[in-house]
Amino acid sequence: MKLAVVGAGAVGRSVVRMAGEYGHTVTAVADSSGAAVDSDGLGAEAVLSRKSARGSVGAADPGEALAAEYDALVEATPTTLGDAEPGFSHVRRALDRDRHVVLANKGPVAERYGDVRRLEDESDGEVLFEATVAGAIPVLGTIADYGPAQVTAVRGVLNGTANFILSRMAAEGLDYEHVLAEAQDLGVAEADPAFDVEGTDAALKCVILANVLGDGSYTLADAEVSGIVDIPPSALSLAQEDGRTVRLVGEATPTGIRVGPRLVSMDSPLAVGGTENIVQLETTHAGSLALRGRGAGGDETASAVLADVARLDR
Amino acid sequence: MSAVADVAETRRTYTVRLELVDEPGELMRALRPVAENGGNLLSVFHERGNLTPRGNIPVEVDLECSPGRFDDIVAGLRDAGVTVTQAGEDGYAEEVTLLLVGHLVDTDLSDTLATVESCSGASVADFSLDAPAGTDEQSSARLRLAVDPPQVSEVLSVVRDVADRKGLQVVEPLVEGER
Repeated sequence: MKLAVVGAGAVGRSVVRMAGEYGHTVTAVADSSGAAVDSDGLGAEAVLSRKSARGSVGAADPGEALAAEYDALVEATPTTLGDAEPGFSHVRRALDRDRHVVLANKGPVAERYGDVRRLEDESDGEVLFEATVAGAIPVLGTIADYGPAQVTAVRGVLNGTANFILSRMAAEGLDYEHVLAEAQDLGVAEADPAFDVEGTDAALKCVILANVLGDGSYTLADAEVSGIVDIPPSALSLAQEDGRTVRLVGEATPTGIRVGPRLVSMDSPLAVGGTENIVQLETTHAGSLALRGRGAGGDETASAVLADVARLDR
Repeated sequence: MSAVADVAETRRTYTVRLELVDEPGELMRALRPVAENGGNLLSVFHERGNLTPRGNIPVEVDLECSPGRFDDIVAGLRDAGVTVTQAGEDGYAEEVTLLLVGHLVDTDLSDTLATVESCSGASVADFSLDAPAGTDEQSSARLRLAVDPPQVSEVLSVVRDVADRKGLQVVEPLVEGER
Protein backbone atom coordinates (compact mmCIF):
# COMPACT_ATOMS: atom_id res chain seq x y z
CA MET A 1 0.00 0.00 0.00
CA LYS A 2 1.02 3.59 -0.56
CA LEU A 3 1.02 5.56 2.66
CA ALA A 4 0.97 9.28 3.36
CA VAL A 5 2.15 9.99 6.89
CA VAL A 6 1.02 13.25 8.47
CA GLY A 7 2.79 14.08 11.71
CA ALA A 8 6.47 13.33 12.23
CA GLY A 9 6.68 12.83 15.99
CA ALA A 10 7.91 9.56 17.48
CA VAL A 11 5.02 7.52 15.99
CA GLY A 12 5.06 9.11 12.53
CA ARG A 13 8.82 8.69 12.25
CA SER A 14 8.62 5.03 13.29
CA VAL A 15 5.91 4.39 10.67
CA VAL A 16 8.14 5.93 8.00
CA ARG A 17 11.11 3.83 9.13
CA MET A 18 9.18 0.55 9.47
CA ALA A 19 6.77 0.75 6.49
CA GLY A 20 9.20 -0.83 3.99
CA GLU A 21 9.74 -3.85 6.21
CA TYR A 22 5.95 -4.41 6.17
CA GLY A 23 5.87 -4.16 2.37
CA HIS A 24 4.45 -0.67 2.06
CA THR A 25 5.64 2.45 0.26
CA VAL A 26 5.63 5.88 1.87
CA THR A 27 4.71 8.41 -0.80
CA ALA A 28 4.37 11.48 1.42
CA VAL A 29 5.42 12.67 4.84
CA ALA A 30 4.45 15.95 6.46
CA ASP A 31 5.20 17.69 9.71
CA SER A 32 3.95 21.07 10.89
CA SER A 33 6.42 23.05 8.77
CA GLY A 34 7.09 21.02 5.64
CA ALA A 35 6.55 17.93 3.54
CA ALA A 36 8.32 15.47 1.28
CA VAL A 37 6.35 13.88 -1.56
CA ASP A 38 7.32 11.26 -4.14
CA SER A 39 4.70 9.05 -5.76
CA ASP A 40 7.38 6.41 -6.46
CA GLY A 41 8.25 6.19 -2.77
CA LEU A 42 10.41 8.20 -0.40
CA GLY A 43 13.62 6.91 1.14
CA ALA A 44 13.00 6.65 4.88
CA GLU A 45 16.59 7.48 5.80
CA ALA A 46 16.69 10.62 3.68
CA VAL A 47 13.42 11.94 5.12
CA LEU A 48 14.32 11.14 8.72
CA SER A 49 17.83 12.52 8.57
CA ARG A 50 16.53 15.74 7.04
CA LYS A 51 14.02 15.92 9.90
CA SER A 52 16.69 15.54 12.55
CA ALA A 53 19.22 17.84 10.84
CA ARG A 54 16.88 20.63 9.71
CA GLY A 55 13.79 20.20 11.86
CA SER A 56 11.45 19.34 8.99
CA VAL A 57 10.98 16.35 6.68
CA GLY A 58 11.04 18.38 3.47
CA ALA A 59 10.75 21.71 1.75
CA ALA A 60 7.30 21.23 0.24
CA ASP A 61 4.18 22.78 1.74
CA PRO A 62 2.67 20.44 4.42
CA GLY A 63 -0.63 20.51 2.50
CA GLU A 64 1.00 18.77 -0.46
CA ALA A 65 1.21 15.54 1.49
CA LEU A 66 -2.58 15.48 1.79
CA ALA A 67 -2.92 15.98 -1.96
CA ALA A 68 -0.35 13.30 -2.78
CA GLU A 69 -0.98 9.86 -4.25
CA TYR A 70 -1.67 7.34 -1.49
CA ASP A 71 -4.01 4.50 -0.49
CA ALA A 72 -4.08 5.19 3.24
CA LEU A 73 -3.44 8.34 5.22
CA VAL A 74 -1.64 7.74 8.51
CA GLU A 75 -2.77 10.57 10.81
CA ALA A 76 -0.15 10.88 13.56
CA THR A 77 -0.36 14.54 14.52
CA PRO A 78 -0.65 15.38 18.25
CA THR A 79 -4.01 14.64 19.89
CA THR A 80 -6.11 17.77 20.26
CA LEU A 81 -9.36 18.12 22.18
CA GLY A 82 -12.62 19.88 21.30
CA ASP A 83 -12.86 20.15 17.50
CA ALA A 84 -9.88 17.73 17.19
CA GLU A 85 -8.26 19.95 14.56
CA PRO A 86 -6.22 19.77 12.43
CA GLY A 87 -6.50 15.97 12.66
CA PHE A 88 -10.20 15.93 11.88
CA SER A 89 -9.76 17.93 8.65
CA HIS A 90 -7.02 15.56 7.54
CA VAL A 91 -9.44 12.65 8.03
CA ARG A 92 -12.14 14.47 6.09
CA ARG A 93 -9.75 15.30 3.27
CA ALA A 94 -8.70 11.65 2.85
CA LEU A 95 -12.27 10.29 3.05
CA ASP A 96 -13.49 12.88 0.54
CA ARG A 97 -10.92 11.37 -1.84
CA ASP A 98 -12.19 7.84 -1.01
CA ARG A 99 -8.91 6.98 0.68
CA HIS A 100 -8.46 5.00 3.90
CA VAL A 101 -7.38 6.60 7.17
CA VAL A 102 -5.33 5.05 9.96
CA LEU A 103 -5.32 7.16 13.10
CA ALA A 104 -2.66 7.34 15.79
CA ASN A 105 -4.19 10.66 16.88
CA LYS A 106 -6.95 10.08 19.47
CA GLY A 107 -8.71 13.42 18.95
CA PRO A 108 -10.99 12.64 15.99
CA VAL A 109 -12.36 9.36 17.43
CA ALA A 110 -12.53 10.56 21.04
CA GLU A 111 -14.09 13.95 20.42
CA ARG A 112 -15.91 13.59 17.04
CA TYR A 113 -16.55 9.89 16.62
CA GLY A 114 -20.01 10.39 15.11
CA ASP A 115 -18.69 12.92 12.56
CA VAL A 116 -15.86 10.57 11.58
CA ARG A 117 -18.28 7.66 11.10
CA ARG A 118 -20.67 9.79 9.01
CA LEU A 119 -17.84 10.86 6.70
CA GLU A 120 -16.72 7.23 6.48
CA ASP A 121 -20.26 6.14 5.50
CA GLU A 122 -20.18 8.54 2.55
CA SER A 123 -16.74 7.40 1.44
CA ASP A 124 -15.21 4.30 -0.11
CA GLY A 125 -12.43 4.75 2.41
CA GLU A 126 -12.33 3.11 5.83
CA VAL A 127 -11.10 4.50 9.16
CA LEU A 128 -9.12 2.32 11.58
CA PHE A 129 -7.57 3.44 14.86
CA GLU A 130 -5.92 0.55 16.72
CA ALA A 131 -2.96 2.74 17.67
CA THR A 132 -5.15 5.18 19.62
CA VAL A 133 -5.81 2.71 22.45
CA ALA A 134 -2.98 1.09 24.42
CA GLY A 135 -0.20 1.33 21.84
CA ALA A 136 0.98 -2.05 20.65
CA ILE A 137 -1.81 -3.99 22.40
CA PRO A 138 -4.39 -5.18 19.83
CA VAL A 139 -7.48 -4.12 21.80
CA LEU A 140 -9.66 -2.84 18.98
CA GLY A 141 -8.75 -5.71 16.67
CA THR A 142 -9.72 -8.18 19.39
CA ILE A 143 -13.02 -6.37 20.01
CA ALA A 144 -13.71 -6.37 16.27
CA ASP A 145 -12.97 -10.10 16.09
CA TYR A 146 -15.25 -10.93 19.03
CA GLY A 147 -17.86 -8.46 17.85
CA PRO A 148 -18.43 -5.25 19.83
CA ALA A 149 -21.88 -6.50 20.88
CA GLN A 150 -20.25 -9.46 22.65
CA VAL A 151 -18.01 -7.25 24.77
CA THR A 152 -19.85 -5.92 27.80
CA ALA A 153 -17.03 -3.92 29.39
CA VAL A 154 -13.40 -3.05 28.98
CA ARG A 155 -11.20 -2.07 31.89
CA GLY A 156 -7.53 -1.59 32.17
CA VAL A 157 -4.40 0.27 33.05
CA LEU A 158 -4.04 2.49 30.01
CA ASN A 159 -1.43 5.06 30.97
CA GLY A 160 2.15 3.94 31.45
CA THR A 161 3.31 7.21 33.01
CA ALA A 162 0.71 7.14 35.77
CA ASN A 163 1.37 3.45 36.35
CA PHE A 164 5.12 4.01 36.59
CA ILE A 165 4.57 6.73 39.17
CA LEU A 166 2.14 4.69 41.30
CA SER A 167 4.29 1.57 41.22
CA ARG A 168 7.46 3.50 42.13
CA MET A 169 5.67 5.34 44.95
CA ALA A 170 4.43 2.03 46.34
CA ALA A 171 7.77 0.25 45.98
CA GLU A 172 9.92 3.03 47.43
CA GLY A 173 7.53 4.83 49.77
CA LEU A 174 8.34 8.07 47.96
CA ASP A 175 5.94 10.96 47.44
CA TYR A 176 4.35 11.93 44.17
CA GLU A 177 6.53 14.98 43.44
CA HIS A 178 9.72 13.01 43.97
CA VAL A 179 8.72 10.14 41.69
CA LEU A 180 7.37 12.52 39.05
CA ALA A 181 10.75 14.27 38.89
CA GLU A 182 12.45 10.89 38.53
CA ALA A 183 10.01 9.89 35.76
CA GLN A 184 10.72 13.16 33.96
CA ASP A 185 14.48 12.51 34.17
CA LEU A 186 13.94 9.07 32.67
CA GLY A 187 11.76 10.44 29.88
CA VAL A 188 8.78 8.42 31.15
CA ALA A 189 6.85 11.59 32.02
CA GLU A 190 6.54 14.75 29.94
CA ALA A 191 7.69 18.14 31.22
CA ASP A 192 3.97 18.90 31.55
CA PRO A 193 2.59 15.63 32.88
CA ALA A 194 -1.00 16.83 33.36
CA PHE A 195 -2.44 14.83 30.47
CA ASP A 196 -1.15 11.58 31.96
CA VAL A 197 -1.40 12.06 35.72
CA GLU A 198 -4.81 13.75 35.73
CA GLY A 199 -6.29 10.80 33.86
CA THR A 200 -7.13 12.63 30.61
CA ASP A 201 -5.08 10.35 28.37
CA ALA A 202 -6.59 7.19 29.89
CA ALA A 203 -10.04 8.76 29.66
CA LEU A 204 -9.65 9.51 25.93
CA LYS A 205 -8.79 5.84 25.35
CA CYS A 206 -11.84 4.78 27.34
CA VAL A 207 -14.04 7.22 25.41
CA ILE A 208 -12.84 5.63 22.17
CA LEU A 209 -13.58 2.16 23.59
CA ALA A 210 -17.05 3.22 24.77
CA ASN A 211 -17.73 4.63 21.30
CA VAL A 212 -16.77 1.31 19.74
CA LEU A 213 -18.91 -0.65 22.22
CA GLY A 214 -21.86 1.73 22.35
CA ASP A 215 -23.70 4.12 20.09
CA GLY A 216 -20.69 6.27 19.29
CA SER A 217 -21.93 9.46 20.92
CA TYR A 218 -19.31 9.86 23.66
CA THR A 219 -16.73 12.60 24.08
CA LEU A 220 -14.29 13.39 26.87
CA ALA A 221 -16.97 15.50 28.54
CA ASP A 222 -18.96 12.31 29.27
CA ALA A 223 -16.13 10.67 31.21
CA GLU A 224 -15.96 10.67 35.01
CA VAL A 225 -12.23 11.28 35.54
CA SER A 226 -9.92 11.59 38.51
CA GLY A 227 -6.14 11.35 38.48
CA ILE A 228 -3.35 10.23 40.78
CA VAL A 229 -1.92 13.60 41.83
CA ASP A 230 -3.51 13.50 45.30
CA ILE A 231 -2.57 9.94 46.23
CA PRO A 232 -0.12 10.13 49.17
CA PRO A 233 2.45 7.42 49.95
CA SER A 234 0.49 6.66 53.14
CA ALA A 235 -2.47 5.46 51.05
CA LEU A 236 -0.21 3.15 49.08
CA SER A 237 1.37 1.69 52.20
CA LEU A 238 -2.05 1.04 53.77
CA ALA A 239 -3.04 -0.76 50.59
CA GLN A 240 0.18 -2.75 50.59
CA GLU A 241 -0.27 -3.90 54.20
CA ASP A 242 -3.48 -5.50 53.05
CA GLY A 243 -2.08 -7.23 49.95
CA ARG A 244 -3.41 -4.57 47.64
CA THR A 245 -2.20 -1.68 45.58
CA VAL A 246 -3.60 1.36 43.79
CA ARG A 247 -3.79 1.55 40.01
CA LEU A 248 -5.22 4.20 37.70
CA VAL A 249 -7.97 2.10 36.16
CA GLY A 250 -10.09 3.09 33.20
CA GLU A 251 -13.46 1.47 32.57
CA ALA A 252 -15.53 1.70 29.41
CA THR A 253 -18.92 0.13 28.89
CA PRO A 254 -21.59 0.76 26.27
CA THR A 255 -23.16 3.13 28.79
CA GLY A 256 -20.28 5.13 30.22
CA ILE A 257 -16.69 5.90 31.02
CA ARG A 258 -14.94 6.10 34.37
CA VAL A 259 -11.24 6.66 35.13
CA GLY A 260 -9.75 6.91 38.61
CA PRO A 261 -7.37 5.41 41.13
CA ARG A 262 -8.73 2.06 42.31
CA LEU A 263 -7.75 -0.47 44.91
CA VAL A 264 -6.77 -3.78 43.33
CA SER A 265 -5.39 -6.98 44.78
CA MET A 266 -1.63 -7.32 44.33
CA ASP A 267 -2.25 -10.61 42.50
CA SER A 268 -4.87 -9.08 40.19
CA PRO A 269 -3.92 -9.07 36.51
CA LEU A 270 -4.49 -5.30 36.67
CA ALA A 271 -1.60 -4.79 39.10
CA VAL A 272 0.98 -4.41 36.32
CA GLY A 273 4.24 -2.68 37.17
CA GLY A 274 6.29 0.07 35.55
CA THR A 275 5.05 1.53 32.27
CA GLU A 276 3.24 -1.62 31.22
CA ASN A 277 -0.41 -1.51 30.16
CA ILE A 278 -3.13 -4.12 30.51
CA VAL A 279 -6.61 -4.34 29.08
CA GLN A 280 -9.33 -6.74 30.22
CA LEU A 281 -12.36 -7.45 28.09
CA GLU A 282 -15.53 -8.86 29.63
CA THR A 283 -17.30 -10.96 27.03
CA THR A 284 -20.80 -12.41 26.95
CA HIS A 285 -19.83 -15.98 26.14
CA ALA A 286 -16.12 -16.23 26.83
CA GLY A 287 -15.63 -14.78 30.30
CA SER A 288 -12.83 -12.31 30.64
CA LEU A 289 -9.81 -11.92 28.51
CA ALA A 290 -6.65 -9.95 29.24
CA LEU A 291 -4.10 -8.44 26.92
CA ARG A 292 -0.98 -6.85 28.30
CA GLY A 293 2.07 -5.23 26.80
CA ARG A 294 3.56 -1.91 25.83
CA GLY A 295 1.03 0.86 25.69
CA ALA A 296 3.25 3.59 24.29
CA GLY A 297 6.45 4.26 22.36
CA GLY A 298 7.14 5.12 18.74
CA ASP A 299 7.87 1.66 17.33
CA GLU A 300 5.21 -0.02 19.50
CA THR A 301 2.49 2.40 18.40
CA ALA A 302 3.70 2.27 14.80
CA SER A 303 3.31 -1.51 14.89
CA ALA A 304 -0.38 -0.98 15.71
CA VAL A 305 -0.66 1.52 12.83
CA LEU A 306 0.89 -1.01 10.46
CA ALA A 307 -1.45 -3.74 11.76
CA ASP A 308 -4.35 -1.50 10.69
CA VAL A 309 -2.73 -0.96 7.29
CA ALA A 310 -2.50 -4.76 6.94
CA ARG A 311 -6.23 -5.06 7.79
CA LEU A 312 -7.05 -2.56 5.03
CA ASP A 313 -4.86 -4.47 2.62
CA ARG A 314 -6.72 -7.77 3.10
CA MET B 1 4.18 -7.31 22.40
CA SER B 2 1.12 -8.71 24.03
CA ALA B 3 -0.28 -11.95 25.20
CA VAL B 4 -3.70 -13.34 25.81
CA ALA B 5 -3.92 -14.56 29.38
CA ASP B 6 -6.54 -16.16 31.50
CA VAL B 7 -8.02 -13.84 34.07
CA ALA B 8 -8.63 -14.98 37.60
CA GLU B 9 -12.27 -15.29 38.54
CA THR B 10 -13.62 -12.77 40.97
CA ARG B 11 -12.22 -13.44 44.44
CA ARG B 12 -14.55 -13.26 47.38
CA THR B 13 -14.07 -13.11 51.07
CA TYR B 14 -15.23 -15.93 53.33
CA THR B 15 -15.21 -16.55 57.04
CA VAL B 16 -14.51 -20.01 58.39
CA ARG B 17 -14.79 -20.96 62.08
CA LEU B 18 -12.54 -23.77 63.26
CA GLU B 19 -11.97 -25.58 66.52
CA LEU B 20 -8.39 -26.46 67.31
CA VAL B 21 -6.87 -28.69 69.92
CA ASP B 22 -4.53 -26.67 72.15
CA GLU B 23 -1.27 -28.20 70.95
CA PRO B 24 1.88 -26.64 69.49
CA GLY B 25 1.84 -26.40 65.69
CA GLU B 26 -1.89 -27.02 65.48
CA LEU B 27 -2.71 -23.59 64.04
CA MET B 28 -0.04 -23.84 61.32
CA ARG B 29 -1.27 -27.29 60.39
CA ALA B 30 -4.87 -26.10 60.23
CA LEU B 31 -4.10 -23.19 57.94
CA ARG B 32 -2.03 -25.12 55.41
CA PRO B 33 -5.04 -26.43 53.40
CA VAL B 34 -6.18 -22.82 52.81
CA ALA B 35 -3.07 -21.88 50.84
CA GLU B 36 -2.78 -25.31 49.25
CA ASN B 37 -6.23 -24.88 47.73
CA GLY B 38 -5.63 -21.40 46.33
CA GLY B 39 -6.98 -19.35 49.24
CA ASN B 40 -5.42 -16.17 50.55
CA LEU B 41 -5.50 -15.65 54.32
CA LEU B 42 -6.78 -12.24 55.34
CA SER B 43 -6.92 -12.57 59.09
CA VAL B 44 -6.84 -15.18 61.79
CA PHE B 45 -8.55 -14.54 65.11
CA HIS B 46 -7.24 -17.06 67.58
CA GLU B 47 -9.33 -16.93 70.76
CA ARG B 48 -6.89 -18.43 73.23
CA GLY B 49 -8.35 -18.64 76.67
CA ASN B 50 -11.85 -18.92 75.33
CA LEU B 51 -12.64 -22.62 75.07
CA THR B 52 -15.49 -24.22 73.19
CA PRO B 53 -17.84 -26.63 75.02
CA ARG B 54 -15.65 -29.43 73.71
CA GLY B 55 -12.57 -27.87 75.29
CA ASN B 56 -11.05 -26.70 72.02
CA ILE B 57 -9.87 -23.24 70.98
CA PRO B 58 -12.17 -21.37 68.58
CA VAL B 59 -10.42 -19.76 65.63
CA GLU B 60 -12.03 -17.45 63.12
CA VAL B 61 -10.32 -17.30 59.75
CA ASP B 62 -11.08 -14.71 57.06
CA LEU B 63 -9.88 -15.77 53.68
CA GLU B 64 -10.19 -14.74 50.08
CA CYS B 65 -10.61 -17.14 47.16
CA SER B 66 -12.56 -17.63 43.99
CA PRO B 67 -16.04 -19.04 44.69
CA GLY B 68 -15.09 -22.24 42.84
CA ARG B 69 -12.25 -22.97 45.28
CA PHE B 70 -14.10 -22.39 48.53
CA ASP B 71 -15.56 -25.90 48.75
CA ASP B 72 -12.11 -27.35 48.07
CA ILE B 73 -10.70 -25.35 50.97
CA VAL B 74 -13.37 -26.54 53.40
CA ALA B 75 -12.91 -30.12 52.19
CA GLY B 76 -9.12 -29.74 52.53
CA LEU B 77 -9.54 -28.55 56.12
CA ARG B 78 -11.79 -31.48 56.98
CA ASP B 79 -9.43 -33.94 55.25
CA ALA B 80 -6.64 -32.58 57.42
CA GLY B 81 -8.72 -33.45 60.47
CA VAL B 82 -9.60 -29.87 61.35
CA THR B 83 -13.04 -29.35 62.89
CA VAL B 84 -14.89 -26.79 60.80
CA THR B 85 -17.85 -25.47 62.76
CA GLN B 86 -19.09 -22.89 60.32
CA ALA B 87 -18.22 -22.06 56.76
CA GLY B 88 -19.49 -20.24 53.73
CA GLU B 89 -22.90 -18.63 53.52
CA ASP B 90 -23.67 -18.80 57.23
CA GLY B 91 -20.95 -16.36 58.12
CA TYR B 92 -20.91 -14.74 54.75
CA ALA B 93 -20.72 -11.05 54.09
CA GLU B 94 -19.00 -9.43 51.16
CA GLU B 95 -15.93 -7.60 52.40
CA VAL B 96 -15.29 -4.29 50.72
CA THR B 97 -11.95 -2.62 51.27
CA LEU B 98 -11.42 1.00 50.33
CA LEU B 99 -9.12 3.92 51.07
CA LEU B 100 -10.02 7.41 52.20
CA VAL B 101 -7.53 10.22 51.65
CA GLY B 102 -7.67 13.81 52.89
CA HIS B 103 -8.16 15.77 56.09
CA LEU B 104 -9.71 12.79 57.82
CA VAL B 105 -9.17 13.90 61.39
CA ASP B 106 -10.23 17.53 60.89
CA THR B 107 -13.42 16.42 59.19
CA ASP B 108 -14.65 14.37 62.15
CA LEU B 109 -13.47 10.86 61.49
CA SER B 110 -15.88 9.25 63.92
CA ASP B 111 -18.78 10.93 62.15
CA THR B 112 -17.46 9.59 58.82
CA LEU B 113 -17.33 6.06 60.19
CA ALA B 114 -20.72 6.39 61.88
CA THR B 115 -22.24 7.51 58.57
CA VAL B 116 -20.90 4.40 56.85
CA GLU B 117 -22.11 2.17 59.71
CA SER B 118 -25.57 3.74 59.51
CA CYS B 119 -26.10 2.04 56.14
CA SER B 120 -28.24 -0.99 56.55
CA GLY B 121 -26.26 -4.17 56.04
CA ALA B 122 -22.85 -2.57 56.51
CA SER B 123 -20.38 -2.57 59.36
CA VAL B 124 -16.78 -1.43 59.65
CA ALA B 125 -14.83 -4.65 60.19
CA ASP B 126 -11.40 -3.11 60.29
CA PHE B 127 -9.96 0.37 60.23
CA SER B 128 -6.36 1.61 59.89
CA LEU B 129 -5.30 5.24 59.90
CA ASP B 130 -1.99 6.57 58.64
CA ALA B 131 -1.52 10.21 59.55
CA PRO B 132 2.18 10.79 58.82
CA ALA B 133 2.32 14.46 59.75
CA GLY B 134 -0.17 14.60 62.57
CA THR B 135 -3.57 16.14 62.05
CA ASP B 136 -2.52 19.19 59.97
CA GLU B 137 -1.68 17.28 56.82
CA GLN B 138 -3.58 14.88 54.63
CA SER B 139 -3.94 11.44 56.06
CA SER B 140 -5.04 8.10 54.67
CA ALA B 141 -7.26 5.39 56.06
CA ARG B 142 -8.08 1.88 55.00
CA LEU B 143 -11.57 0.62 55.76
CA ARG B 144 -12.66 -2.95 55.54
CA LEU B 145 -16.43 -3.12 55.50
CA ALA B 146 -18.56 -6.21 55.91
CA VAL B 147 -21.51 -5.67 53.64
CA ASP B 148 -24.54 -7.73 52.72
CA PRO B 149 -23.83 -8.60 49.11
CA PRO B 150 -26.93 -6.89 47.63
CA GLN B 151 -26.06 -3.66 49.49
CA VAL B 152 -22.56 -3.15 48.07
CA SER B 153 -23.30 -0.45 45.50
CA GLU B 154 -25.62 1.38 47.92
CA VAL B 155 -22.92 1.39 50.61
CA LEU B 156 -20.27 2.60 48.15
CA SER B 157 -22.52 5.46 47.12
CA VAL B 158 -22.98 6.47 50.78
CA VAL B 159 -19.18 6.46 51.18
CA ARG B 160 -18.82 8.60 48.05
CA ASP B 161 -21.42 11.08 49.32
CA VAL B 162 -19.85 11.52 52.75
CA ALA B 163 -16.41 11.87 51.13
CA ASP B 164 -17.71 14.48 48.68
CA ARG B 165 -19.27 16.45 51.50
CA LYS B 166 -16.02 16.46 53.47
CA GLY B 167 -13.65 16.98 50.55
CA LEU B 168 -12.11 13.52 50.93
CA GLN B 169 -10.94 11.27 48.13
CA VAL B 170 -12.18 7.68 47.97
CA VAL B 171 -10.07 5.00 46.34
CA GLU B 172 -12.74 2.43 45.61
CA PRO B 173 -12.12 -1.24 45.15
CA LEU B 174 -12.35 -2.62 41.68
CA VAL B 175 -14.96 -5.30 41.83
CA GLU B 176 -14.13 -7.36 38.80
CA GLY B 177 -17.02 -8.36 36.64
CA GLU B 178 -19.18 -5.63 38.12
CA ARG B 179 -20.76 -2.67 36.30
